[in-house]
Order: sequence, then C-alpha cells, then structure tokens
Amino acid sequence: MIPPVAIDVTVNGVRHRRDVEPRLLLSDFLRIDLGLTGTHVGCEHGVCGACTVLLDGAAVRSCLMLAAQADGHTVATVESLGTPDDLHPIQAAFHAAHGLQCGFCTPGILMTLVPFLEEQPHPSEQQIREVLGGHLCRCTGYQNIVAAVQLACDTPARR
Amino acid sequence: MKPAPFAYHQPASVEEALALLAAHKGGGEAKPLAGGQSLIPAMNFRLARPAVLVDLNRIAELSGIRDAADGLHIGAMTRQRAVERDPLVARRDGAPLLAEAMPFIAHPQIRNRGTIGGSLAHADPAAELPAVMVALDARFQVRGARGSRWIAAGEFFTGLFVTALDPSGGELLVEIVIPHPAARSGWAFAEVARRHGDYALAGVAAVVALDDAGRCREARIALLSVGDGPVLAKRAAKAILGEQPTPEAIREAADAAAAKDIDPPGDIHASPAYRRQLVAVLVRRVLEQAVERAGTEM
Amino acid sequence: MTLPLVGERVLRREDARLLTGRALFVDDVQLNGMLHVAFLRSQHAHARLVGIDATAARRRPGVVAVYTAADLGDYWQPGPLLVPPPPIPGLVFHPRTQVPLVKDKVRHLGEPIAMVVADSRYVAEDALDDIVVDLEPLGAVVDLEAALAKGAPLVHEQLASNLAAHVVQKKGDYQAAKAKAHVVVSRRFLYDRGISAAIENRAVAAQWDARAEELTVWDTTQAPIPIRNGLARMLGLLESQVRVIAPFVGGGFGPKIMMFYPEEVLVPWAARRLGRPVKWTEDRQENFTATTQERGQVHDAELAVDEHGTILGVKDVFLHDSGAYDSYGLTVPINTQCTLLGPYAVPNYYTEFTAVFTNKTLVTPVRGAGRQHGVFVMERLLDFAARELKLDRVEIRRRNYLRPGQFPFDNEIIFQDSAPLVYDSGDYAPALAQAAEMIGYERFLREEQPRLRVAGRHVGIGIVSYIEGTGIGPYEGARVTVEPGGQVRVATGVGTQGQGHFTAFAQIVGEVLGVPMERINVVTGDTREFHWGTGTFASRGAVVAGTACHAAAVAVREKIFDVASRVLDTPKDRLELVGGRVKKKGDAGSGAGIELGALAARANPLRGAVRPGSEPGLEATAYYGPDRGSTASGVHAMIVEVDPETAMVQIQRYVVVHDCGRLINPMIVEGQIQGGVAHGIGNAFYEQLIYDDTGQLQNASFMDYLLPTATDVPRVEIAHRETPSPLNPIGLKGVGEAGCIPTGAAFAQAVEDALADYRLEITEIPLSPDKLFDLLKKTRPAKRNLVVIEGSFVFQGPRPAVYALLQDPDVLGKSLPGAMRLDRTGDGRYDGLMKVGIGPVTAAEFSVSVTLSDREPPARYGMVVEGKGPFGFTRGTAQVALADAPGGATEMTYRAEVQVGGTIAGVGQRLLDSVAKRMTKQGLEALNTALTARL
Repeated sequence: MIPPVAIDVTVNGVRHRRDVEPRLLLSDFLRIDLGLTGTHVGCEHGVCGACTVLLDGAAVRSCLMLAAQADGHTVATVESLGTPDDLHPIQAAFHAAHGLQCGFCTPGILMTLVPFLEEQPHPSEQQIREVLGGHLCRCTGYQNIVAAVQLACDTPARR
Repeated sequence: MKPAPFAYHQPASVEEALALLAAHKGGGEAKPLAGGQSLIPAMNFRLARPAVLVDLNRIAELSGIRDAADGLHIGAMTRQRAVERDPLVARRDGAPLLAEAMPFIAHPQIRNRGTIGGSLAHADPAAELPAVMVALDARFQVRGARGSRWIAAGEFFTGLFVTALDPSGGELLVEIVIPHPAARSGWAFAEVARRHGDYALAGVAAVVALDDAGRCREARIALLSVGDGPVLAKRAAKAILGEQPTPEAIREAADAAAAKDIDPPGDIHASPAYRRQLVAVLVRRVLEQAVERAGTEM
Repeated sequence: MTLPLVGERVLRREDARLLTGRALFVDDVQLNGMLHVAFLRSQHAHARLVGIDATAARRRPGVVAVYTAADLGDYWQPGPLLVPPPPIPGLVFHPRTQVPLVKDKVRHLGEPIAMVVADSRYVAEDALDDIVVDLEPLGAVVDLEAALAKGAPLVHEQLASNLAAHVVQKKGDYQAAKAKAHVVVSRRFLYDRGISAAIENRAVAAQWDARAEELTVWDTTQAPIPIRNGLARMLGLLESQVRVIAPFVGGGFGPKIMMFYPEEVLVPWAARRLGRPVKWTEDRQENFTATTQERGQVHDAELAVDEHGTILGVKDVFLHDSGAYDSYGLTVPINTQCTLLGPYAVPNYYTEFTAVFTNKTLVTPVRGAGRQHGVFVMERLLDFAARELKLDRVEIRRRNYLRPGQFPFDNEIIFQDSAPLVYDSGDYAPALAQAAEMIGYERFLREEQPRLRVAGRHVGIGIVSYIEGTGIGPYEGARVTVEPGGQVRVATGVGTQGQGHFTAFAQIVGEVLGVPMERINVVTGDTREFHWGTGTFASRGAVVAGTACHAAAVAVREKIFDVASRVLDTPKDRLELVGGRVKKKGDAGSGAGIELGALAARANPLRGAVRPGSEPGLEATAYYGPDRGSTASGVHAMIVEVDPETAMVQIQRYVVVHDCGRLINPMIVEGQIQGGVAHGIGNAFYEQLIYDDTGQLQNASFMDYLLPTATDVPRVEIAHRETPSPLNPIGLKGVGEAGCIPTGAAFAQAVEDALADYRLEITEIPLSPDKLFDLLKKTRPAKRNLVVIEGSFVFQGPRPAVYALLQDPDVLGKSLPGAMRLDRTGDGRYDGLMKVGIGPVTAAEFSVSVTLSDREPPARYGMVVEGKGPFGFTRGTAQVALADAPGGATEMTYRAEVQVGGTIAGVGQRLLDSVAKRMTKQGLEALNTALTARL
C-alpha cells in the first residue's frame, strides 16, 4: 500500500490539513475532498481549461497537478470570487455582456482572467483572445466573453 | 483518466533527488516530476505509469535566472512563465530568441507551471525550447551520482524523446547556460500551428551573425516538429555562410533546409510534403527577419 | 397595459449561480456512501467477444462489483428505437439498436464490455486492468462505399448487407427538367462532421431510496422525461417512483438527447441492486468513442439551370454513415435531403440516400443535424453554376428565391418529423441584400479585392443562404403557478443546456401576467416538477415549450381575471395586470387593486367552497403541439485571407442576417448564433474525426481534435429580421442550430474566391491546411491514417544465407526492438514477449506474435507482426524482397503498413510515424549485426 501524504493547503483563505493519496489530482481534491464543485473538469489533459484555479495567485490547470503538490501553497477557486448577491466585477461583466451560456467552462475562464486583468488592466482585443486561447468554450463563440472582459476593464475595480 | 498509483517523494535538494532516483534504479520506473504539464496528462491517460515520482518542485536551488560572464544562467526548474517575463532574457544582449519563442509554448496557464528544464529533458520533437536551445548553442549542466558534466544543446537531443542524460534515469538536468549574443547578430522564431498554442506543424528558430562586410558569418537554424528531435539545418547554414544574405541566398538556404536537412514525418495534421513546404517558407521568413535584426545596431 | 418583456435584452436569471460556481451539474452530486463506475471499453472496432474473466477485478480491494452482459440477465435488452422513420413510400429501414454491454460482438471502438463499481474512480480504473477479455478482431467496416461492396464484413450478420436504410423522395420530374437545361453542373461532395464536444462530458448518478421505494437519477440528458419513462419501464417501477433530474447541463448540442446510452441503463440498475448511490462521469477519452457523433456523407449531386440561372431541378444521391447502430432513425439524412432545397424554388427534385452501418460510434444529431450537408451541396452547386454562366454569386441566389407571396410553400416531400415539408413563412431577398450591404460585397469585389491582389494578398468573400426547419412536435407542456408569496413559478419538461430558458420563458410568462422578471421562477428538467414532454432538441425549446408557457400563462391570466373580477367587483374586461397586481384599468398608484400573491391565497381558501367548475389557486397547465415546424432562414457572409505559402486561412469578417421570427430575447439569440458560427468554423476548418481502416479513431483527445479557440473565431456581426411564424401566437421560430449550418458552404466559397488564380474547387468539408496544401499543389492527397514504412537495406552476405537467417527466431527476435524472447511455435510462426516504451509512455510488456507467409526462398516473404499490451495493440504487415547486390551482398527491400490501436492510437498519433521509422531503423541495424555475426 502506498502511504498517504499529509498536506497543509490554504484554499480560498481556509487552511486544510488532510492526508491524500499521492495520485489524487488537485481538481479531484478540490471537488471531492473539499466539496468545491465550482471547479469543473472537462478533459483531464490540460487543454480545455475548465479546471483552472489560482496557485499562489497564478492560473494553473488543477487537473495537471497533484493535490500533494499543493502542500504549503495557497489555492483560490471560483468560490473565492463573488457571491450571487455580490458578484465580483468580472463576474458582473460576464452577466452584463452575456458572456456565458451553459456556464460549465466559465469558472476556469474567470480564474484565468482575474490575475490577467490585475497585470493587464487595459488589454487589447488580441491580448484578451490570446489569454482565452487556453480555454475551450463550445457555447459562446467567445465573442461575448471578449466583450465581458472589455466591459470589466471599464469597470472600476471593486477589490 | 486518473493516474495509476505511484510512490511519491519531494526531495529538498538535488543530492536528495539523485539519491532517490538512484535508489529506485532498476527497481521500477522512477521519474522526476518537473512542471508536470506533459507527464501528468500522460499519467492521466495511464500511458505513463511510473512506479515512483521524484518531485523536483521543492528544490529551490534549481530555480532562477542570473547573468554571468559566460552567458545567461537559467535553473532547470525555472517556470516557463518566469523566463518569458524576465527582463534579462528579453534584453537584446540576453536571449531575445528565447523570449520571442516563449509565447508559442501552449498557453499561459501551462507556462505558469511548466519548467524550462522539464521541457528540454522531455525532448518532444514538436517542442519549441529544444530547437531554440540548439539555435542558441546553449550548454546544459547535468548532475548525476558521479558528479556533474556539461552537454552542448546540439548533442543533448539524441532521438525521439531521448536525450544524452543517463538512460537509467540517474541524471538530472540542472542548469541551462545561454551564451551572450555575438556582435551584429540577429534572431527570429516562427512556427505554423493549427491553433495558437498547439504543437507546431513545423517551426524554425534561427540566429545569424554578420561580418563587417555584411556577409553571413554564422547561422544556426534549428527546426522543430520535422524529425525525431530538434534538427540543426546544416545544409541550409552552409548555403548561406560567407554569402551576402540577399533574398536569393536566403531562398537557397531555405530550399536546402526543406530538401536536404529533413526527413519529416507525416501525421493527420500534415503530410511530409506539407511539412517540407512549411520549412522552406518559415526558414526563408525567419532568416529575412534575423538578418534584418542583425543589420540594426544594438 | 402589460409591460413589454418579449423582444427585450433581458439579462439572464441563471447567470449568478453559474458564475459563482454554485450551479449544480451532475458530476457535482455527491452522496454518502456513493460508489464510482468505470467501464471496460473495447479497443477494437469490430471483434468477437470470445471470453471475459473478471475474477481478479472483483477481488481487488475497493471494488464492490463487476458486471458483464451475463450478469444483467433479463435486464440485458437492446435499446429502443428512438425515432421511427417517417411514412415515406418505398422506404427501407433496418433498425438495430445499441446494447447495454457487449454480449457477443463488439461493433464500435469504445463499446462497453464490463462495468466496474468501486469506492473511487481511481480504484475502478485500476480494476479495468485486472479484467481479462478475449476479443477476436474482425475486419472493420469503415469506408462507406466499401461497406456496401460485395463480401464486405457485416456489422450485423443477420442482415444481408451493411445497408441500414434506403430512401427516395421526388418532386416533379428531374430527368425531364435536365433535358431542358442550359447548364448542368455535377460534382461529388464530401462532408464530414465531428463530435459535439460539450465541455461537460456525460454523467449519470442514481440513488435508490429503499424506504420510499423511489429512484432518483441525475442525468446530463436533454430529455429527462423520456428517460424517466423508459427507466421506469425497464426497472419495473411506476413512473412516479422514478425522478429524473437534468440539473444544469454543460452544453448539449445533440448527443445528450440520445437514449438510452448504456450508462443510463446500467447506473440506475446498479444503484438499485447495490442499495448505494452510484455515479459515473464520462471522461474525455471515453467521450470520443462513447458519446454519439455525426459523420460523413458522400454526395453525387447535379443542378440543372436555364440560361438565366433559374433552377430547373436538382438531383442528389448520397451515402450516409449511420455508425454501428441506427437507434436515432433517419433524422440526420432526412434533414439533409430536406434542407438542401434551401430558400429556393426548386420545381424538380430527386433525392436518394443509402444509410450504411459501419464499425464506428453511433451517429445521432449534432447541432445542425445533417442540415449543413444539404446546404453545402446546394450552395456549392449554385456557385459552380454561377461560374459557368458568368453570373454573380449573389444574383444567382436572388433570382431563385421563393417570394413572400408563395407561403405556405409545399416542397412535396416528407420532413424528419413525419410531416410534409411545408415552409410556414419567409422573406429571403431582403436578408440577402442586407448581408451583402453589411459586408460590403460589391465594394469588396470592385475595389478591395483587386487592390489587395495587386499587393500579393489573397482575400476572398463568400455569401450563402439557408433555411432551417425548427420547432417540430410532438409537443411540450408547461405549468404556471402564482404562489401566495407573489412569485410566479413556471415548470416545463424540457431540459436546459445553456439556452437561457430560465430567462426566455420568464419573459414570456412575465409579459402575459404583468409580473416583473425577478418574481418569476422557472424550473426545467426535473420530472417531479413537470412530467409530460419530450426534450430540448431540433431548435425547438423556445418555440414549443415557449409557446406552452405562453398558453399556460394566458390560462392563468383568465383565472386571475375570474377571481379578481369577484374580489374587486369589476367586469373582467375592465381589469389589467401591472407590476404583479391586478387592478381596474385607469386606477393609478402602487396600492391599486390586489397583489397577485394575495389573490392566489384568496383562490385557495382554507374554509368556504371553491365553486364547482373552477379550480383552486391560480395555476394552469397547457400544452403546445405543432402539426409541423416553423422555417427559420438566414444569410451568412465572410471575408477570408489565405496564405497560399502556408495554406493557413484567417477569417477577417463574418456577417449573419438571421430570421427566426419574433425574438424573445435578442441577446440570447445572438449568443446562440455566435456559438453556432464558432461550431460551424470548427466544422469547416478544424474538426474532423479521423478513423483508420481498422476503425481506430486517430484523434481521440483535445490535443488532436481541434476545437476552435478565441483566436480562431472572428467577431460575428449580426442583424435580425423578423418574419413571424403563423403557426404559434408569438410568431416564434427556432435558432439553436442556425449558426453552424451554412458556415462550411460560406467558407469554401470564400477560400475559393481568395485563391481564384489557382483555379481550385473545394468540394470537401472540413478543409484543413494540409488538404488545402494538396489542392494548391494539385497533388493526390496522401492517406493520412496509415503508417507506411518503406526502404531498403544491404546485408553483407549471400542471398540464400540471409534468407535462411531471417527466419531464425534468434535473428528475427533481434529485429524486434525490445524483444525479450521469441520462440518458434510452428512453421513460420513465432511467439514472444517484448518490452516497449517511448518518451513519456512507460515501457510495458507486449505479447508478440510473428507469422510468415507467401514464402518464396530466397526471393521474398510476407510477415505479420502482432503485439498486444496494456495501452493497446499493433499490427504490422510487411512484404520483404531480397535481391543480389554487388560484392556478394544482399539487398532487402521492404514495405510495411502499421496499424495501432488503443489509447496510443487515439492520443499519440502525431508520433506514430516517427516511432515506426525509428523502430524500423533500430531493427534493421540490430538485424544486420546479428546477421554479420552469423554469416
């Protein structure tokens, strides 16, 4: 039997100490062990981007990381942004611009956009499209996602 | 698509990592885990089933970028995103070719995790970094149980996913050194991929240097995705060395690259003939740009 | 006066939950004691199941059960025929439907053979390796024409051939029309499609509550009610004992309407049998073979026109790939033949298709559902006719449009819904003019294109039109309830996969009842809330369920007026609904009249009597079932730039003028069109399922199956036209599939225009840079799905000695890289073991067998090498010839075809050629060394 690994990880500001099987993917740890099902799984080979979360502030694929590797690190998922009554500005922009349809790919896209817009408060359309290139969306044709990002750039940052 | 079980170690130093790899030599497949952006997908498909994973992500000494007299030193575990953003790399006397190629590697979310050394040791024939390092004539420091040695990039990539690292897995790539650019040199990178961030159908990384008369005195043209590994286009370089880099000379070099330097594979995305065409076009475009850059003062 | 909601850009009610990660998707369902499922799936496309042994898997710690077909007993039944064929005279149809687990024969890659139930998905996948399955590969049926050839292997042995269906439909007399034609253009067209690629894979979770004797199933289905009905029947339960919930579903696009998928049958059964909740979530690798797809058709088509370009007739004969089973009937090919006619007056039409069984995943509708095939054929024929007549592309279309006075227009053939193909309404010419104006068609051709051509740039324009039959029956229903709290609850049976139903239905009901949006609560996809209906498909949700919502709301409005008339002592015709209140017309002030919630409470008294002939509360249920569908239409135009050196294409502009009748919510409609166009662009240039000759899918991952990304899809400029449908009170037509239907046709026309100086014709979609390169070079396209190794090698030794040694197991073994041993097991037969790994693929042991044949010493022999291991299998067929070479040497020439199956074939395709070359080289060198030592 392979011994479990003890991890100490802060997710959305909450510290968790758990024993995990070494092979447990970070995406499954978040969804199953912590019940944070806002992080979605679409391909498990790093292409679709639905599982994107922030690791120490940087957008990464949670399906291409082991939970054990998050030990000592900080993870943020979509649940760390706004709530239905108090949307984060980027979430509000997606709502206003109809930037989502089925909404399955959306949490991952949001997690890419949050650090992107912090570094790049006024991106060009080409820059927006390139950063979105790491995400697959089958519903929107990306047009209103781009529009949502542009709208968010004109919105004064709330936090 | 969940990985098969494996034993997992997180060493804090290169010595410790080498000891772990040595301990598992012959006793199963011990694999070093760098950024994991190629290995973990393969594990999720259960194509890779290492018995032991030695995770290098805790080894602080393997990360970092510094400038030295002999060139730019990049730790093997430096994240690709860090390389992409580092001003030392982007400077004209740094490694501008590397900076130019970085955005072609997958997507930012992958580069945030992927490491420079991981990509090189993986030696995927379609990867950008091996070709860039060959074009830059970089040197790699590798360490094993018996000490360290240096390998030139041109000799590091020995075949399809095969490198000069000890085949039993007892060696680690620890550092990359990229020599400073020569005077009057220029660079360029280009590739054709189906979509932005995909594995290229073909790609070219090149560095040229001109002499005082404007003749080409050095040309390192490395091709990707057209062979078992990065291909140094020697016939193309020979065609242009010592010549004035006129459009005709450049075209001759590009045609030589396509016709003589490669035996490209075919796959569902590109036939061998299409790959040859892409190489001819891309070598021409890259050389034109590199020559133009070499002609402008630093 | 009611406040206008229909037609407004109302922001979506469902967004907040989705944006904050709080929406429930099926894979989010986690219950105490839940078990997880993995399926053992066939790595072969066509094979006989000889034996299966799951003993070791059952013994693995953490495994709760392993089921094979034998374990299912009487529960094992082929699935239902989902859509029986329409009543077309002379129609031939052989229904063959999918099975829950393979019993005797595998008919497509990925068909499930065994089901493992375990504590976690990780352990369930571990146990798949423990199952020993003996499959005897059979020749695979892949190519459509070869499938119908005499002697082809049979997908279903009980049938005489692989013909699944044959249908002829006729209008007028095509041959007579052709005889009078000025020009007849005739071409062969190929149109292939791909996967739906919803980003959410399928999932099913089920829980049996033994005390309540109730089964709850969460399913990513587009049709929860039919699933509920079928499950109840299969499991011997009352429909009321089964609750199916399709919560938020992460994209449907067609395949999630298919039923019953084996997993939908097995997961609820296992949950009941084991008395524990059970969940299966498809992974992306499974999705590529287990979820239905849409695939190729081959058309031989003709268009006859007079000297003005007026259409005299069309003839189209095509083959349609059904896949291994035809459970979804003939919806896709009939859509093709019915959509081909487009917005044009076609007086004579002959259309014939043959549907073919192949050893590939089932074909069912994927967004567009065969319509794009028909549009492509017709639009390309018009382009070629225009070129021959030297007629403008816009003009030839304009001349042939049906005119507004011609509706309803009967095309005299039968549509997929079994109704005659009658267009309800349309106004086509203004849409074409508007699209041409928006994209600057004339200016582009007159000024921009010539100017850019001089500058060496290859830009082109494409403009095409299409119609789409939408909003078909049979029916949908809705229940509208005014709750005592003042909220209005709307329940309907259709599921939702991102189409904005929560908002659009609320707009319809809100407008009728004068209730603000925020007080309307829409529920979809839960059979406990509403249990009559069919589902979301065929661009029908808004039309059919939306109209039912409207009817139910109108009925509730009547009840409100009835009750309010008594309460307010006012005649009904003097009442109005405003802001959630009912009041006398003309009464001003926010407190006028009575609030609807209070009225609902009055209508449901605790004492007193509800009068005979009336019902308690303010609630009504209504249904809408159209006799036939409504016909949407549109024009797409695009400008592309092609780099002929690299064969890469960039779409610079994209214009859509669309007419789906009256709009409920233009914002949502635009989103549907934008997404559809992106899907269409994928189909035009990026997405194609590539099968090899053995039925192995060569691009079974998102690395090689290319969905368009944000950098590949242009901004779509959209204009709406609203020609209302006379078939429903709001005037609705569907829009869900529209965006992707004409994209391939527009793309082909634009690329061809950009490359006018190359004089090439595009008759195949999807195009790819590789295929475009072949067109540009006029080279015969290389076969892309087979690894071929050819070469020669000189051995230093005489021919007879070389020949003899090549048959020696020790020497032969040396030629197989990684061979651990090789033993002669018979004349020309060898068995052994080899260990092979490459790059990231961990070295694994493969059993290997070598068979020599056609031996003609010392000149030539044939060799078949078969390997089988944990990640798949390989089969190489080689011909080897020996000839004398100068200096007593022997020259060997060889040609080998290598086929690879399993995971490696699906995800490692780009490396196969290099790997095969490398292994051949290594093998030959090792062989040379071994021979030299022995000679």
